[in-house]
Amino acid sequence: MKKMSYREAVREAHREALAGDPRVFLMGEDVGKYGGTYAVTKGLLDEFGPERVIDTPLSELGFVGAGIGAALGGMRPIVEVMTVNFSLLSLDQIVNTAAALRHMSGGQFSVPLVIRMATGAGRQVAAQHSHSLENWYAHVPGIKVLAPATIEDARGMLTGALADPDPVVIFEHVLLYNVEADLPEPWTKDIRSAAIRRPGSAVSLVTYGGSLPKTLAAAEELAGLGIDAEVVDLRVLRPLDMKTILASVRKCRRVVVIDEGWRTGSLAAEIVAQIAEQGLYDLDAPPARVCSEEVPIPYAKHMEDAALPQPEKIVAAAKALF
Amino acid sequence: MTVAPPPSGPVPYKRELALKLLEDMLRIRRMEEKSAELYGEGKIRGFLHLYIGEEAVAAGAFAALAPEDNVVGAYREHAHALLRGMPMEKIMAEMYGKREGCARGRGGSMHLFDAQTRLYGGNAIVGGGLPLAVGLALAAKMKKESRVTACFFGDGATAEGAFHESMNLAALWKAPVLFCCENNQYAMGTALARYESQTDLCAHAAVYNVPALKADGQDVVAVHEATKQGYAHVRSGKGPFFIEYLTYRYRAHSMFDPDLYRDKREIEEWKTRGPLHTFSARLKAESKLTEEEFLSMDSKVNAEVDRAVAFAEAGTWEPVSDLLRDVQSP
Repeated sequence: MKKMSYREAVREAHREALAGDPRVFLMGEDVGKYGGTYAVTKGLLDEFGPERVIDTPLSELGFVGAGIGAALGGMRPIVEVMTVNFSLLSLDQIVNTAAALRHMSGGQFSVPLVIRMATGAGRQVAAQHSHSLENWYAHVPGIKVLAPATIEDARGMLTGALADPDPVVIFEHVLLYNVEADLPEPWTKDIRSAAIRRPGSAVSLVTYGGSLPKTLAAAEELAGLGIDAEVVDLRVLRPLDMKTILASVRKCRRVVVIDEGWRTGSLAAEIVAQIAEQGLYDLDAPPARVCSEEVPIPYAKHMEDAALPQPEKIVAAAKALF
Repeated sequence: MTVAPPPSGPVPYKRELALKLLEDMLRIRRMEEKSAELYGEGKIRGFLHLYIGEEAVAAGAFAALAPEDNVVGAYREHAHALLRGMPMEKIMAEMYGKREGCARGRGGSMHLFDAQTRLYGGNAIVGGGLPLAVGLALAAKMKKESRVTACFFGDGATAEGAFHESMNLAALWKAPVLFCCENNQYAMGTALARYESQTDLCAHAAVYNVPALKADGQDVVAVHEATKQGYAHVRSGKGPFFIEYLTYRYRAHSMFDPDLYRDKREIEEWKTRGPLHTFSARLKAESKLTEEEFLSMDSKVNAEVDRAVAFAEAGTWEPVSDLLRDVQSP
């Protein structure tokens, strides 16, 4: 077991991919000389050269579309978009082309493209760099959406994504990059299932991405109050592993879904709807949600904190179910 | 608007190539006329964008491409699919929405795809195919494959950000893309001068240091010559090239369009520059074509159209149980 940061784990995954498959290349804004906005790709330009690690102009629509074309042309591109907010500039290519192409062409063309982007709030970078729009992508048939929340998944999920013949979008929460932990060996490359991060029996806390550490902290606090919480890490946001979620709900009979997206139309809403459809009679209390407040994420620290899911909000929501 | 005189002058090709160009244009014309008729009968639905009037562009351009090249089209792309080598049967069946169509009836008129001939659509987002073309070209370059990616799009696309981003990327990466701009002078119902502050489309390419040429899109000879020149540039590894083909569509933008935004006289004037009749007249003047030969070519083409319609009529519907097939790879 080797201790490393989330950032290093993602970088190692890139290094392995670039070294192991000549079809893999990386492109995005400042991924090369600058070393990556979040320093994820630092050193890769020197190691693999400018043809494999490409600094792009600020043209999200253009270079994401070019990634799709390169994937069609037989390459295995990894395209980094600086943040999910900026990815809206490339949404057309992702939704109208990458996601639709295989079905629309009658199965003739698939798009083996991996798009990575940073997501989430907590660094006081205000409303145009802080949003969590994972559910926008999870809404779209034809793409897979991943949210690695642990060092192990930061290391393994990129490998799984590159092995997939269809487009995969990976969300990396900005607050996770500095998190350090031991990397287990062998690490999983699974991109299909949710994982139980803390077994429990009294309430199921379902979450993903940057909300996982907060949820685990809330579970610890709940344990002190005599409430044994189970924490489910979705890992895969599309398609949802409802089997794991429903099994946890069936066991705990209470559920809180924690999601940094805005409440209205959120991924949490979808999960609660599916629990209601498939597991309503397993519940002893109405399902609850802890989401972001319905506001553009503000700059000032206390206001930003107030807008986001926090351990105390999760604890309060869980306690209210008893 | 003053319309230039009809294309004229000698046809600098052997009879075989000259007749092939004429036949290609005729195949497009007859297929499109039949499609319009079938739309009227309710056999084809949804959007249908006809290429009538613009035939010289596809005929002259495709004759300059090689089988290993990639092609990316837009949504007025029946002609491109046909001349790329997709059987007319598969195009017609696709427009009927039949399983025997190139995309199993899922795409229809605007989404013709053919892996076999490297036709990557059929893209109904204006400008949407351009970044794709740059990526295809980038892949070819990385894999050291000698392949040009020819990307067709209308004048309307030049106002999209995707156009400018793609021109810049292609130039920056020296990507082997041949940008083929079919300037039919209208973005749906909005005339070029009403939506572009710079109506010289080649000037847009110049900004990105992409060499460019203008060609008379009603003259198949001018189209073919310009395309050969641009193609040679791209093929030699010098990076992208941009060609503006000045053309005109004689029909409305789509079957939903009442065509209220242009003068009927303008359409009639442009018809004096019709790509088919002016070219066949030139061939006749040079004794490369007789009226009998033209009529025999026409009946051969009409027979192809009839076969395509019969094939589409006899086609089957994809079972509803296959609705979700191909959303993801198996």
